[in-house]
Amino acid sequence: MSYEFTSTNDTGAEVSQVSASNATGGANRLEMRDCTVIVDNGMDETKQILSHANLSVRPGQFVTVLGGNGAGKSTLFNLIAGSITPTRGQIFINGRDVTSSGEEARAAYIARVFQDPKMGTAPRMTVAENLLLAMRRGQPRRFKIRDMANNHERFLELCAGIGNGLEEQLETPAGNLSGGQRQALSLIMATITKPDLLLLDEHTAALDPKTSKQLMEITAHTITTQHLTCLMITHRLDDALRYGDRLIVLQKGRIVRDLDANEKRSLSMNDLLQFFEDGF
Amino acid sequence: MIISSIGQGMLWSILGLGIFMTYRILGFPDMTTEGSFPLGGAVCVAAITAGVNPFLATLLGVAAGMCAGLVTGLLYTKGKIPVVLAGILVMSALNSVMLFVMKSPNLSLLNRPKLTDVLEPLNLPEHYDTVFIGLVSVGVVIGLLCVFFNTEFGQAYIATGDNESMAKSLGIHTDRMTNVGLMLSNGLIALSGALICQHDGYADVSKGVGTIVIGLSSIIIGEVLFGELSFFERMLATVVGSIIYQLLILLVIRLGFDTTYLKFFSAVVLSLCMLIPQLKRALHLTTGFEKYTNRNHPDDLHDTVATRNAAPIDGKETS
Repeated sequence: MSYEFTSTNDTGAEVSQVSASNATGGANRLEMRDCTVIVDNGMDETKQILSHANLSVRPGQFVTVLGGNGAGKSTLFNLIAGSITPTRGQIFINGRDVTSSGEEARAAYIARVFQDPKMGTAPRMTVAENLLLAMRRGQPRRFKIRDMANNHERFLELCAGIGNGLEEQLETPAGNLSGGQRQALSLIMATITKPDLLLLDEHTAALDPKTSKQLMEITAHTITTQHLTCLMITHRLDDALRYGDRLIVLQKGRIVRDLDANEKRSLSMNDLLQFFEDGF
Repeated sequence: MIISSIGQGMLWSILGLGIFMTYRILGFPDMTTEGSFPLGGAVCVAAITAGVNPFLATLLGVAAGMCAGLVTGLLYTKGKIPVVLAGILVMSALNSVMLFVMKSPNLSLLNRPKLTDVLEPLNLPEHYDTVFIGLVSVGVVIGLLCVFFNTEFGQAYIATGDNESMAKSLGIHTDRMTNVGLMLSNGLIALSGALICQHDGYADVSKGVGTIVIGLSSIIIGEVLFGELSFFERMLATVVGSIIYQLLILLVIRLGFDTTYLKFFSAVVLSLCMLIPQLKRALHLTTGFEKYTNRNHPDDLHDTVATRNAAPIDGKETS
């Protein structure tokens, strides 16, 4: 089992936006360079919740992210999505330095599905209204009448593709949907504009086993057919083994394993359990 | 008298619609109301006194209200001051602004032109001019709001109030939405203030006291009466609620209550309306509008389903 934990510190001043897009960042969909997040716990103590994370993701890669509690998985995602900014380090998307741009600005490239079905949809707006909102991801919201009529057909099709009756609920407020339907809606909303990077944050964890399995299959299908680049946090080891062509393991704020498709294929459940036991 | 109350109810309903934009859509009570309402009146009356056309003067009042809303919005979104406190700060400051504008605590419109003057050639019976102005302004306001909520911008505004973190993740500038919402809301509230002051014939610094209670009452009465409604219907329900509120006040006066203590009555009416869901729970009554009054917690039902089925290896990690 080989892995590479790069700790090269290349955050020097010479990395300007231009040189980044020409030299290193160009081929990568996502690149994190030496990202460190330090938080203050309010008692004059600081804690590194992510230390010197280096991660490059090529277009079309489907990376599963494993790690225990407090390993830094959510921090990693918040950092990529722009909900928090790194204490040190840089983040590039499509070769562009986005370290200082906020969540709203990054929404043009990044879509995210959360664990909590409530997080990804507006409860009082109908399914169709939610979808229409998502269609304009990252675009300016103008004083222009929304175009519901011309999109209705497409929404029906998309929802029917899920196979859980969502297409019959287009006029239902999202808050009245079941957890599985709501999470499926979140997934459609996240992928409807073909985002450059899809972040799945344990998106099936709050669902029952059957619904969870269904949603995971739909997710994998969507990622394959749309050739999406995706990072997926999961706690289900079997999902981590079955899906994705790359696996990274986080532990105590560090990326401690990074396995490519071949290494991942030869991995067994016991190997994965071993990763966890090593750390605890 | 009843006709007069209906007319006034319509003028006051614009206040209700303004509060609706923050309280029901963004989900917080905006205390700026108590300042922007009399400010609208003060600016309008001061402008009329200075010789400005009443229509233009009313618009000036609206503009002043929008500025007040923007200040609250900036204090809240950029200054990170809690929204209720930001509203109270602006409300308090507006008191001085009004004194500056009017140069006195109140200003009369006696023998000055008013909006209703244009209706004189119609020879309407008494109080019908108020109803006419009320109908036209409510019609225009609801029409504009309907168009607004149907635009991409308006939908993004609703989404901001409904689920701010989702809105952000879709690239909606939620701070901007909140600021625009507070501006529009306070513009409407000031419009209501300007119209009421022209109806009453004077502007007064203390006119704002208790206005948020009146506005909330119209919204809640409408909701309690009509239950689950579409967006457009909810705005109409607010207008009806406002008229009913004015009629209630008329009833109270007719019953011989001392009008000095009217604010106490207003507060009791609103409290009772807002207590209805709790009272119903306590008394085990069920009615059609149950769902609606619990609107603040629309996800309770689904939460239980979601959490019961949650079976991750470990709990949710904090970041």
